[in-house]
Amino acid sequence: MSETNEQNIDYMTDSRPIAVGENTPGCKKRDPIVVAEDVTRSFGGINAVDVEYLEIPRHKITALIGPNGAGKTTLFNLLTGFDTPNTGKWQFEGNSLAGVSSYKVARMGMVRTFQLTKVMGKLTVMENMRLGAADQPGERLSKALFKGMWGGREKEITAQAHVLLEKFKLDAKKDDYAASLSGGQRKLLEMARSLMVKPKLVMLDEPMAGVNPALTQSLLDHIKNLKAEGMTVLFVEHDMNMVRHIADWVVVMAEGKVVAEGPPGEVMKNPAVIDAYLGAHHDVDLGDAEGIKVLEAELEADEESVVGTEDAGILSEIVETKKEDGQ
Amino acid sequence: MDFGFIFSSALGELFSPTTAAYALAALGLAVHFGYSGLLNFGQAGFMAVGAYGFAISTLSFDAPFFLALIISVLCSVLFAFILGIPTLRLRADYLAIVTIAAAEIVRYVVTTNQLTSVTGSANGLAAFENTFYAMNPFPEGSYMGMNNRDFFIRVVAWALVIVCCLLVWLLMRSPWGRVLKGIREDENAVRSLGKNVYAYKMQALIIGGVLGALAGMIFTLPRGAVQPSNYGTELTFFLWTCLLLGGMATVLGPVIGAMIFWVVLSLTQSLLYGLIESGVITWLTTVQAGQLRYILVGIALMLLMIFRPQGVFGNKKELAFA
Repeated sequence: MSETNEQNIDYMTDSRPIAVGENTPGCKKRDPIVVAEDVTRSFGGINAVDVEYLEIPRHKITALIGPNGAGKTTLFNLLTGFDTPNTGKWQFEGNSLAGVSSYKVARMGMVRTFQLTKVMGKLTVMENMRLGAADQPGERLSKALFKGMWGGREKEITAQAHVLLEKFKLDAKKDDYAASLSGGQRKLLEMARSLMVKPKLVMLDEPMAGVNPALTQSLLDHIKNLKAEGMTVLFVEHDMNMVRHIADWVVVMAEGKVVAEGPPGEVMKNPAVIDAYLGAHHDVDLGDAEGIKVLEAELEADEESVVGTEDAGILSEIVETKKEDGQ
Repeated sequence: MDFGFIFSSALGELFSPTTAAYALAALGLAVHFGYSGLLNFGQAGFMAVGAYGFAISTLSFDAPFFLALIISVLCSVLFAFILGIPTLRLRADYLAIVTIAAAEIVRYVVTTNQLTSVTGSANGLAAFENTFYAMNPFPEGSYMGMNNRDFFIRVVAWALVIVCCLLVWLLMRSPWGRVLKGIREDENAVRSLGKNVYAYKMQALIIGGVLGALAGMIFTLPRGAVQPSNYGTELTFFLWTCLLLGGMATVLGPVIGAMIFWVVLSLTQSLLYGLIESGVITWLTTVQAGQLRYILVGIALMLLMIFRPQGVFGNKKELAFA
């Protein structure tokens, strides 16, 4: 697909189909940014990742979901060069990434964050941000001694960092040590720092874990806005609300394999996904008081629910003992 | 007891070439550990490489001073490569093990009898300092109570310390230094931002190692002799003491730390000797007193770690989150 055709498209409202043909696991995409083929990684006989074929669509937000131990983070590590697969080919924008070290992958424009947040504790928030910037000549030993050679770029970097810190509500903290931030703030800092690299593909490993719910909405907006700026996002997340709100495409992994793919609405109705991960009543929000009532009502109506049958286990025992007491 | 003499000899230690050598070597450790998180327990090895590199190229190959200096620095760069290539990809603790072993290997190699013609074995080498003192611009005479040779080596040593401090300071305030500090905190995070962590660690190892080699030369020149027993593991631990005293991620810390270390050693020694000679202390011999002062340095270091863990110059805030 030529660049000229792409120019006039607003990525926020682009509603052309993402996949070519059916939304099956491993389906071809109209415009993939990452293509992985036969990527496997085993740890002592256990196949942590065994992906036959996977394409990540460009200019879209893709969610990678799956139960714990499904191999999501391992796949992240493999794609970004932090770990090496046993077999397989994988490429980013047409360039093969086999044997490419992690820092080169990042320079190509594929930047990740970590599930266990990594901030440089004894650097200030601003220094953390500046560290993310690319093309700073002062990072070369030969030029580091002469401020004239990197001072100008440093000012640009600082301005860029200010804009990002304001977006992520960290501007008041910019002179504090990163170690003094809360867990959620560190997540924000890590994400902001990865954006300093000006990546083409941002890979976020559980961006919402530990983030204050009040911040969640603005963080969701930030992630959505990345798409408007022409970036592609791939994220791992367990929060289904988030996935439903912002993802254009969902990839479901279980036991190292891709078991389903598709737009969020479609994937979450897929029986394989429900089995593997979501549970039958995944769409009930237990966070509010109404949700529990809704769930109770649903359970009563549900034929498969054990409530009120012989299989009810402890529940039926309680009923039995009550009967006996009555006699 | 002659307190005037005790204090003047302690003050003399402040600017002695040995103090300058310790300051330089500890500055190298600051680059390694304080800024880059590289746990180098073999700084004595770098000093030995520097000292022997200079002495051997002068004695065996009749190299002029500056050629010998360059050879010695190149040897330390090579030594850093040999240490770094296999270990810098591994976790920090492996580097610690390898460096401590490598420093001992250097010491045992120069002690081998088979190499006596080159290294002088356990007796070491002597009489290689003439090319250095031949450059002495100061005519004979008394300079603040020193002869022109002692004065010359002090001027050169401390000028070198000042230049190296300035260079390290310039490097550490630059974006290059920022990447190093980032690596100290979390190298995978730095890697994920597109920086070649391995290359940065290697550069830091080399720079700190060259500082160690320069220190080795400054250490041996005034003695006019280089002996393997001077470069044992205890030298490395004295350097670490200097570094911890002054503050790890600071430029002036190692220098001040080295000064404190030597002044305290000198003060305790002369005080103890004075007390023993005047009969105040009868339960110690002067030999035991020599040992006791190192025990006192150890206690001082423990107290420092408990009550001022960041060192004299360190930033308290940095430790609050350690």
